Amino acid sequence: MSRLVVASIGPASSVQDGGRHGAQRYGLTVSGAMDRLSLAAANALVGNEPFAAAVEIGPFGAAFTARDGAVRVAISGAPRNADIAGNPVAMGASVTLKDGETLTLGFARGGAFTYLAIEGAIKGEPVFGSLAVNARAGLGSPYPRPLQAGDEFNVDGASGAPDLRIELPKPASGPIRVVLGPQDDEFDDANKALFLSSEWKVSATSDRMGYRLDGPPIKHLYGHNIVSDGTVNGSIQVPGNGSPIALMMDRGTSGGYPKIATVITADVGRLAQTSAGTAFRFKQVSMTEAQDEARKFAQLIRSLSDRLRSSDAVALNIEALSDANVAGQAVNAVDAWTWQVAAEP
Amino acid sequence: MAATLPPPRLLPSGDSAVTVEFSRTIDEDANQRVLALDKALAASPIDGITETVPTYRSLLVHYDPGKIGFDALGDKLLALASRPLPPATKARRWRIPVAYGGEHGIDLEDVAKALSTTPDDIVARHVGGDYKVAMIGFTPGWSYLSGLDKSLHMSRRQNPRLLTPAGTISIGGIQAGIQCLAAPSGWHLLGRTPVRTYQLHRNPTFLTEPGDRVTFFAIDHKTFAEQDRAAEAGEIIAEQVHA
Repeated sequence: MSRLVVASIGPASSVQDGGRHGAQRYGLTVSGAMDRLSLAAANALVGNEPFAAAVEIGPFGAAFTARDGAVRVAISGAPRNADIAGNPVAMGASVTLKDGETLTLGFARGGAFTYLAIEGAIKGEPVFGSLAVNARAGLGSPYPRPLQAGDEFNVDGASGAPDLRIELPKPASGPIRVVLGPQDDEFDDANKALFLSSEWKVSATSDRMGYRLDGPPIKHLYGHNIVSDGTVNGSIQVPGNGSPIALMMDRGTSGGYPKIATVITADVGRLAQTSAGTAFRFKQVSMTEAQDEARKFAQLIRSLSDRLRSSDAVALNIEALSDANVAGQAVNAVDAWTWQVAAEP
Repeated sequence: MAATLPPPRLLPSGDSAVTVEFSRTIDEDANQRVLALDKALAASPIDGITETVPTYRSLLVHYDPGKIGFDALGDKLLALASRPLPPATKARRWRIPVAYGGEHGIDLEDVAKALSTTPDDIVARHVGGDYKVAMIGFTPGWSYLSGLDKSLHMSRRQNPRLLTPAGTISIGGIQAGIQCLAAPSGWHLLGRTPVRTYQLHRNPTFLTEPGDRVTFFAIDHKTFAEQDRAAEAGEIIAEQVHA
């Protein structure tokens, strides 16, 4: 059996998968990958199920070394410089590490999370069907905490399948789409309009639990306390200070602030990849459009393996590598993050 | 009576969940209807629903929009929710030991001062309550209880603590709570229980369910230490009362 050893890794990196479902009624957080499409793409590239457990790498760099045999991995998500002994490795591509070789990833450029999937997937003891790390609850496997240098994954060893790269359809680059509610009636029309027309920036005090949004204060009609009710991924609650918080994968299952709107399923991962300090806007869509987009998003994820068998996939060569490493206007996203959100029941 | 409540409202919670809201306030009748709808859905599942989260006053229904759309699901939920409440079934009843005061209940003296009475009196009022698990949320096993004695209603702390211990028994606003894991909290800490409402490798993993009834009884700090060790080893410390 081969091993993939974490040679170095920054904070906010952990094993994540499709999340822990079925026990939200007991307060058990869903967790799971912040950017599900990138997780699914990385998994598809090494022949795994879309939501198999993989390493979610935060904005900082990381390095992984194969031991006791070859290991095939794939990376997708926030772009980074990646290399094996100085030879570039493409984003959205699989690559086979020979015994002793190290894959080195730089800081995220213009995004926050990159996924490293391992052929055969990460193995561990699932709880409610998931290996996802929820550090607060001490859940996750094989390590119930953020990853550290020295951690390792036992893997089956590389199958020898050819390495591939995948071109995903360009994600919508426009505003983050929301449907209003469930408590939009706690805000008057002027404040709803202010929320929908303003430019927002993800604050540095953001993490997997929630993204605080800097912008104009949103005022409540009746005060900022509601009797706690359920939350979903992408709920945008407005606490007393008027600065919205978009609830992300490690959110509490219930909350006591009015929720003005909810990010649509297809855009939650895009918001997750919006690095601190980057400006963006929201746009209201109808429930019909949101559900159409959710169905298309699910279909896109289901189709990833097929794409790899079609002409969308590019066998890796030097040209593909140099194309893939053109990062456009990517910026260094690292300095802006502090990863800390406190909360109370 | 429950019958006097207006019909519930459907509040969209994104494209994959809907909140069925029975009341905007904490209301025993509303909570009863929430739990009844939750039970009805468990008894006759609607294809596409992935999980439900009962709260004080609403039921959050997660669903797959690939299987059922908002309008079709909403119609079914409203139809179910408008049915008359089934006759009450006997709730499970738990007796939960609490070590009050001292290091385990660091706010007990301050609460007594604020309410112009003694710590013993606060304990007596807290122990005298007959509580219902209205909802579970925030962190695994965190049980929100209704039924707190009115004389103990008081606003939350000005400065929430960033970390309070596992097993904390506290009060906040008009609510009482059993907190399982260490967590931030703005509530007033009266004591600690050795009971784990959530313990990963124990069967059952979660002890309390929304709708369960709870009473507390006082134990000394030595008993707490003993029971805490036993609970850590997987024993269920809470006593289930078979009435």
